[in-house]
Amino acid sequence: MNLKPETLSKIDEVITHYPTKRSATLPLLHLIQEDVGHLPPDTSEWVAAKLELQPINVLEVITFYPMFRQKPIGRRHIKVCRTLSCALLGGYKTCATFEKEFHTHLGEVSPDGEVTVDFVECLASCGTAPVVMIDDELHEKVDCAKAKQLSDQIKAEAKKR
Amino acid sequence: MIAPAKPDLVTVNIDGQEIAVPKGTNVIEAARLVNVDVPHYCYHPKLSVVGNCRMCLIEMGMPAVDPATKAPIMDPATGKQKINWIPRPQIGCGTNVSPGLHVKTTSPMVKDAREGVMEFLLINHPLDCPICDQAGECKLQEQATGYGRGYSRFVEQKNVKPKRTQLGPRVTLDDERCILCSRCIRFSKEIAKDDVLGFVDRGSYSTLTCYPGKKLENNYSLNTVDICPVGALTSTDFRFKMRVWFLKQTNAIDTESSVGANTVVWSREGTIYRITPRRNDEVNDTWLADSARVLYKVVKAADRLAATETIEALVARAAALFKSAPGAIAVVGSGRSTLEEHFLTRHLANALKASAQLVSRVGQGDKLLISADRNPNVRGALVTGLIKTLPTQQLTDLAAQIDAGKIKVVVAINEDLSAAGLTAAQLAKVAIVYLGAHANATSAAAKVVFPTLTVFEKSGTLVNQQFRIQKTLKAVPAAAGATDDLVVLSLLVAAAGGATLPAELASLWKVIAAEVPALATMSFANLPETGLVLDATPFAALPFVEGETLHYKPAQPAVAAATA
Ligand code: SF4
Ligand code: FES
Ligand code: FES
Repeated sequence: MNLKPETLSKIDEVITHYPTKRSATLPLLHLIQEDVGHLPPDTSEWVAAKLELQPINVLEVITFYPMFRQKPIGRRHIKVCRTLSCALLGGYKTCATFEKEFHTHLGEVSPDGEVTVDFVECLASCGTAPVVMIDDELHEKVDCAKAKQLSDQIKAEAKKR
Repeated sequence: MIAPAKPDLVTVNIDGQEIAVPKGTNVIEAARLVNVDVPHYCYHPKLSVVGNCRMCLIEMGMPAVDPATKAPIMDPATGKQKINWIPRPQIGCGTNVSPGLHVKTTSPMVKDAREGVMEFLLINHPLDCPICDQAGECKLQEQATGYGRGYSRFVEQKNVKPKRTQLGPRVTLDDERCILCSRCIRFSKEIAKDDVLGFVDRGSYSTLTCYPGKKLENNYSLNTVDICPVGALTSTDFRFKMRVWFLKQTNAIDTESSVGANTVVWSREGTIYRITPRRNDEVNDTWLADSARVLYKVVKAADRLAATETIEALVARAAALFKSAPGAIAVVGSGRSTLEEHFLTRHLANALKASAQLVSRVGQGDKLLISADRNPNVRGALVTGLIKTLPTQQLTDLAAQIDAGKIKVVVAINEDLSAAGLTAAQLAKVAIVYLGAHANATSAAAKVVFPTLTVFEKSGTLVNQQFRIQKTLKAVPAAAGATDDLVVLSLLVAAAGGATLPAELASLWKVIAAEVPALATMSFANLPETGLVLDATPFAALPFVEGETLHYKPAQPAVAAATA
């Protein structure tokens, strides 16, 4: 496992927050996913060794939570809300627009490596449906036109790189 | 031994029956004591309680008291104290008794709860009982009979999961049948200390898995098959071989070490199909090593000995050998023989005025159910007086005596003398009378060979490391051409000029009880299923080889002698 020195020091620090090491499983997984972008295959063993557990104990946690990713994703993570309010106001179309713009399917890495589009549960901004989160940024009232605009913006930024 | 402190008793009421049970007992166990069955899947008496299957839901209540005065509130209708019933069902496995606890296991609410749980459990169940090995001993099948609807309201698609995963060399998993009770996971972690199983994914996709790259291959893996309440975990050896209801069950003892784990041998028409553990809370709880389950293969082994002469002819030839060498005979018995055989062997040695010895077999103990002493019944030889000291691994004394020409005839019982260190030249120098079930270098060199029985073909008793005398019973008929060891031994005793001793267990035990003070009050028939602990103090000074195992702590010889 190739983690940044900051991540490693955060990990060592966060373990001290809990009365038993085992309790630090979730925070550790979050830190690793933040650092690497996903949880590589050796995560279970690495975390288990760190917390004096068995690898299967960690694997159970990783597979339980859908937000832990076991495969790499695109440079940006586009999360389109699929729950009631957003669905009623066109979330499905918004999602399809992103898929079309980046020639990709849900959960996959787009061919240019720029994005992964996911259809997710309520993002807690139902009043401004349909909503989309791109990485940590919330975008409100994203209809197809706005989805196209956001996609263009991402593509433009990608060109600059 | 210090007697355990008398547990505090708590009186509870289950379906109207009052019973006093020890504090800390849960409702399932308390109900068992009044013969009330609380159906359950995830609860197992020897594992931690997790309460995840919800099959054991019961209704419970406590006697009502006035909140202010704490005075009991009486029910005018019955004249008894009123019971405040909790309006929701509670899990029986996770509820420990408290004084005055009232439990209902037959109320409409409980029946409803059981039916609801069963319906959910069967939603994704493949219902493949006709091809399932567990059929006939499946808790899901049993509870479905009691609480199932008989038809399904589920119109959606069932989940599809892996049907035949090899979890390890001996265990096969059908994930579709798994009801996610986690018994196997807890067993692996808590008892086998090999935490490799777990549930991955979530909800109805939850799947029992072995950690990728690891295997469920510890020597206790088959216990997961025993405790799996459904047919999800099956024994690769037993899979698809036989319907369990055709099999005859015989209580026996695991002979691979001095632990003496209690077993059940399952057979049909003279063929053994499997060996499973039998619960004995003082010896093996509900567990059994995998290695103990394949021992039955010795019955039909290719190297079984079979007689080519009548037993009378064999005895006559042995008698002639005995006469030819008075005072120059040695007897080598076996730590694998039963106590009754040891007793007759002692008589044989006495009649021949021969020295008797055993051969020790020592291995690594596994701290659970295999001890360092791989002979199951060395203590039986001590109790019957066949030997006074512990056996050695090599028969060096005997070898020296043979070399010196002092021993001319050796009676070897179930022991390969060459494995015990005698050279081929030494074997050739003496006349050997061999009693045993299988061929080996000694039987090949022997002048007279009596083919005898494996432990599965005979009854007897064994004394384990706790000095617990336990019965092992005959599961299958004797192989053709083989004679019961007791018959051979009693004939040999007579041929050697000794007393006429019965070979049949009930009569033989009368003689044993009369001659061995430690066994004076016993008979074969009245020996309890879980055995009886004999007084070990006469042997406290002997340096036994066993280390700690489940329910056994070796006594420090010095300390034991001091307190004796
Ligand atoms: S395999 Fe059997 S013992 Fe293990 S969780 Fe599933 S049902 Fe329970
Ligand atoms: S339904 Fe989309 S944010 Fe709540
Ligand atoms: S046995 Fe009580 S919840 Fe499973």
